[in-house]
Amino acid sequence: MTRYVVRRLVSLVFVLWGMTLVTFAVSHVIPADPAAAAAGFNAGAEQIAQYRRELGLDRPLYEQYVRYVGGIVLHGDLGRSVLDDRPVVQDMLTFLPASVELAAAAFLLSVPLGIVFGTFTAVRAGRLSDALTRAFAIFGVSIPVFILALLLQLVFYRDLRWLPAGGRLGVDVAPPHPVTGLLLVDSLLAADWNAFASALRHIALPAITLAIANLAVITRMTRSSILEVLWTDYVRTARAKGLSALRVLRTHVLKNAMPPVITVIGLQVAALIAYVFLVEVIFSWPGIGSYAVRAILGLDFEPIMGITLLFSALYLLVNFLVDLTYLVFDPRIEY
Amino acid sequence: MSAVPRSESETLRGGPAARRARPRAASAPGRLLWRRLTANVGAIIGLVLLAAILLIALLAPLLTPYSPYAITVQQQFRPPSSQHLMGTDDLGRDVGSRVIAGTRISLMVASLVLLLAGGIGVVLGIVSGYRGGVVDEAIMRASDIFLAFPSFLLAMAIVAALGPGLTNAVLAIGLAWWPRYARLMRGQVLRLRQVLYAESARALGAGDARILVRHILPNCLAPLIVQLTMDAGGAILITASLSFVGLGARPPMPEWGFMTALGRQFLLTAWWVPIFPGLAISLTVAAFMFMGDALRDLMDPALRNVGGGWSAA
Repeated sequence: MTRYVVRRLVSLVFVLWGMTLVTFAVSHVIPADPAAAAAGFNAGAEQIAQYRRELGLDRPLYEQYVRYVGGIVLHGDLGRSVLDDRPVVQDMLTFLPASVELAAAAFLLSVPLGIVFGTFTAVRAGRLSDALTRAFAIFGVSIPVFILALLLQLVFYRDLRWLPAGGRLGVDVAPPHPVTGLLLVDSLLAADWNAFASALRHIALPAITLAIANLAVITRMTRSSILEVLWTDYVRTARAKGLSALRVLRTHVLKNAMPPVITVIGLQVAALIAYVFLVEVIFSWPGIGSYAVRAILGLDFEPIMGITLLFSALYLLVNFLVDLTYLVFDPRIEY
Repeated sequence: MSAVPRSESETLRGGPAARRARPRAASAPGRLLWRRLTANVGAIIGLVLLAAILLIALLAPLLTPYSPYAITVQQQFRPPSSQHLMGTDDLGRDVGSRVIAGTRISLMVASLVLLLAGGIGVVLGIVSGYRGGVVDEAIMRASDIFLAFPSFLLAMAIVAALGPGLTNAVLAIGLAWWPRYARLMRGQVLRLRQVLYAESARALGAGDARILVRHILPNCLAPLIVQLTMDAGGAILITASLSFVGLGARPPMPEWGFMTALGRQFLLTAWWVPIFPGLAISLTVAAFMFMGDALRDLMDPALRNVGGGWSAA
């Protein structure tokens, strides 16, 4: 087991290093003039020349690379945003909590529901429920998350007037004292029920949008994974010796069916990152996605590269942890 | 090459005479596949939708009642009516005509992405699987690194570096997606390299190239086609998403994701402007997904009998 963890760690570090090679190539080699790209769209020739010197872009590529990786590893330096003239890392710290809150809400909604739906339809693998789940799953995957968001806005904001269309908090509500940066948590900590209600109403639509997109995939994977286990001999034996269906489901079926589902949930993080970007823009959610899109529209290059590297590393880490959970679910695994 | 899909389409086109002219072995699996496909509800939905979409794309210039680019400011924001089935947008352009014209763009983009990613992936995958050794190791580690990126993020960064635009978006997605095909093909080649007919061919003195082209490649095609069908929908989605954040199509191109992005600001007053292009995306992607799903189930004997609700219905 230790050997497995060590091996996975080594490959993790290797892939991380490879990622810096790719982002370095994208930011330093692909653009016709990286200095012009980094200096921003409106920069004059003098400013660009100054940038070139400052960033060492007139040095040989390998020197630039060493400097680039050194900056990231030693100083957490992901460059500077031209638009607001702040280090990208600081910007990210400002915008990250909103995104984390949204993504977490979506996960908390979709993962349990997806596993329940998937299990339910697998156990009752009749024709109709089966067909309906698969149709739902396909449409859930096919509908672009931004259209889903717009449709929900139409129904719940424009027509029913139940929920707000954007933002994190009502304009007339004072934000709670920041502790975690997550408004739902902070307002609870401050026992500020007014703010909590407002935050909850504001997060509802974007979180539901993300959850629906996620739900389809998890339901589908859970269903097929459980179907594979449901007809095995050990499940039949457990039933035959008189265990209740629920108990067999919990102790025998679910435990054996979970690893692939967890893998899919880990891989879904990639989709979720993309979804969060799009959904944040539509719901004016002040998170990393809105920040990234503002950077894209303003041709502010370094934040885009910083976000790519940071979130890709995060995604890698999540999947590393997912691999480790296999050890918990299946103690037989030895590598 | 007696690839299954090719013979399938031949079965579709060929009359009795054509069928007699072909060797039996080539047509039998094709006909079997066709029979199974038509017994599968998901496949029928996918086939019908895809055929309709393809037809719309091919005949787009004949089908659009108005020019997708013609600006008539007096006709601004007309709701859906018999004159404008999907209404008009902020510049008085007919949304329906733009959606129809966009069909071509989306299918074209999807094909180009798959051609690029598939092309790079297939070549590298075959080299990797057939050569083995250091080459294999290098290609696979590179694919590890590329696969570790969420593809939307990687594509976003590459387009940002290349400059926004649909061509660059296609290029970026192609670069982000090649490892999935490389992995797939490598696995197939590794499996097939050891099979008896490849070994017999080698024993008979066939060279590497001949074995690859005549014996290994045709047998890799089925899983590749399933993967490509599934990914066609994904390619449309990711391009539309890139366009939505401003990295893909530029005005006045009637690209669906871009139309949705531009129409978003009119959602509350003129919902038809962003919603119809969005539904077009959903429908096209769903068509590919239904088709890919059905093809996968049909070609995977292990899955064919699990929860067969669809095929029995």
